Amino acid sequence: MNWMITFCILHELKHRKVIMQLLVQNIEKAFSGKQILKNISFEINKGESVALTGHNGSGKTTLIRILCGLSRADKGTVRFTQNGNIIEPEMFKNHFSLVGPYLQLYDELTAFENLNFVAGLKSIKEPSAKIFSLIAQVGLKGRAHDPVKAYSSGMKQRLKYAFALMSTPDILFLDEPTSNLDKDGVAKVYEIMKKQKEGKILIFATNDEQDLALADKVVQIDA
Amino acid sequence: MNNKILKYTWQGLLFIFLSLVIIGAYLYAPLAKGLGEFTRVMYFHVPVAWVTVVAFFLGAFYSVLYLRKRNILFDYYAEAASQLGIIFCLLATVTGALWAKESWGAYWNWDPRQTSIFILLLIYGAYFSLRSAVEVEETKARLSAVYSILAFVTVPFFIFIIPRVYESLHPDPLINQEAKMKMDAKMLTVFLSSLGGFTIVFFWMMHLKKSLIRIKMNFQKLVNQEN
Amino acid sequence: MRNSLTIFRKDFKQELRSKAAINSILLFAVVTLTAVSFSIGNFSISDDILAAMLWIIILFSSMSGFSHVFLKEEEANTADTLKLIAGPTDILLGKFLFNLVLLAAVLIIVTPLYVGVFNFEVKNFPLFLVTVALGAFGLSAAGTIVAALIAKASSRGALFSVMAFPILLPVLILGISATRIAFKSESLDILVPEIQALFAYCVIVSTAAIMLFDFIWND
Repeated sequence: MNWMITFCILHELKHRKVIMQLLVQNIEKAFSGKQILKNISFEINKGESVALTGHNGSGKTTLIRILCGLSRADKGTVRFTQNGNIIEPEMFKNHFSLVGPYLQLYDELTAFENLNFVAGLKSIKEPSAKIFSLIAQVGLKGRAHDPVKAYSSGMKQRLKYAFALMSTPDILFLDEPTSNLDKDGVAKVYEIMKKQKEGKILIFATNDEQDLALADKVVQIDA
Repeated sequence: MNNKILKYTWQGLLFIFLSLVIIGAYLYAPLAKGLGEFTRVMYFHVPVAWVTVVAFFLGAFYSVLYLRKRNILFDYYAEAASQLGIIFCLLATVTGALWAKESWGAYWNWDPRQTSIFILLLIYGAYFSLRSAVEVEETKARLSAVYSILAFVTVPFFIFIIPRVYESLHPDPLINQEAKMKMDAKMLTVFLSSLGGFTIVFFWMMHLKKSLIRIKMNFQKLVNQEN
Repeated sequence: MRNSLTIFRKDFKQELRSKAAINSILLFAVVTLTAVSFSIGNFSISDDILAAMLWIIILFSSMSGFSHVFLKEEEANTADTLKLIAGPTDILLGKFLFNLVLLAAVLIIVTPLYVGVFNFEVKNFPLFLVTVALGAFGLSAAGTIVAALIAKASSRGALFSVMAFPILLPVLILGISATRIAFKSESLDILVPEIQALFAYCVIVSTAAIMLFDFIWND
């Protein structure tokens, strides 16, 4: 029986030619008995972007943390498929990146050292070239060798984007993408978001009307 | 109804059995040479220490189960086993100290087995202070399970290896290799009955705690549904 | 393995700039050494006491510095950042390596100082060296996993010492016993039972740490 099911699934996958897909099914999560997320299901394919909205405390951040593998759901599954292969949840970190207010960078290190740290862990070849091009992309040119401690919160937010993009993620998760940013910063982030959703997948949590314009789908979260 | 009668019957039998053990320890069993009247502590001290170890193992067992199944029930069970364990551990420490005063001349000697029981006490203390330092229930369950497994892994060093390094003053009534202390048939009967009796009492207490936990959880579920 | 080295290098660089851990551990070691030396004064003390004092200094200074390695990630909100870019085993090994190097640096300064201050002769030097090395390994392995545990707790206070002490105690007992032999015995035998037990402790605790770290690190 089992092999038949496996065969059918494989066949279906081949047939549909799933190139890149995140399938979210019936996610549920409770904290100390209080239900935060209930029955969250959606599907995102290559080239799409999804916005998660909901009032404060509705569980946007919780959901994003579950999707990228930082937290564990009580029920439900998150399945990431690439070229017909299902990627194990342990390997998610090789494919996903996240920018969020609860993810900080190393204050004692410089911007360059922070990015070089990711480069080392992800075995990126010729890291210097990539680091400087990303630093220029987020508008921090000339500040690469300053310690992050000396950065303003807006600059830190920009650097987080460079940090997340170092590994060229298949899915880019953004929690409050434009917080702390000035006009120029917002424009740069929108550029990054557009570029990401062109060939890959973009998922972001926001309540900002302007941000929502970049979404192909909107998932409303309300417990 | 039938069930209830059965329950009261075995509870009554256990009561009579343990009473007999107490009477036997004082009236039936002869005294060991060199230990005098203080032989009688043995019938209570050793079973209590044994139950401490059983409780500690049971706690570690439920911790492993929690990490595998992620069911909060097992965390409560592990906590219950440790709560009982700490009571028996205190009893073993106190009875041991009394015995030590009488036979070795001081309440505390840092004998390897005294050290082991004291370390178990420290581990239980650490376990409960960890539990009180974590607020989120799932995190508390996870961290305390990890700690009790970690402690479980290091305890054999105290029990088996350190006594080899340091010389023990303890008599070895159970592992009687050099026959340091000979037990005659009467002593052995009382001793083993006491060991069995205390073990049954422990598992009965554990059973009561487990039922209480399940009732509490069902109650909580009902309250949550009401809201 | 390469990734854990990368993490170690990152921690090392951070430490060079903040010096938080090395300051607390080294100062602690030197202060206790001074206190011990001062309170003993010119009284002559036996090798037994000397061995015990040395290990008490080592144990308590390591307990004062080890918790830092995970605490700083948790307090600076970089733990989740790290979680998303590195695997748990690499992280644990990197942190362990950092604590080991930290303790080794302190030992290289404090141990000769101790021998010098109390002016005695280590008779079985190879045994002494092996004991200190294995002891440092065991302390770092057990200390790192306990540090990971308490970093996740919400109120920490003196929690690290309370929790680490029973786990680290075998190293203290075996270390004292082996060092005593090294201070006294004339033979150059290394494979005393204490060393075998210390080695077993190192193996068992590191294995348990690697197996359990996943459960601590991931929600």
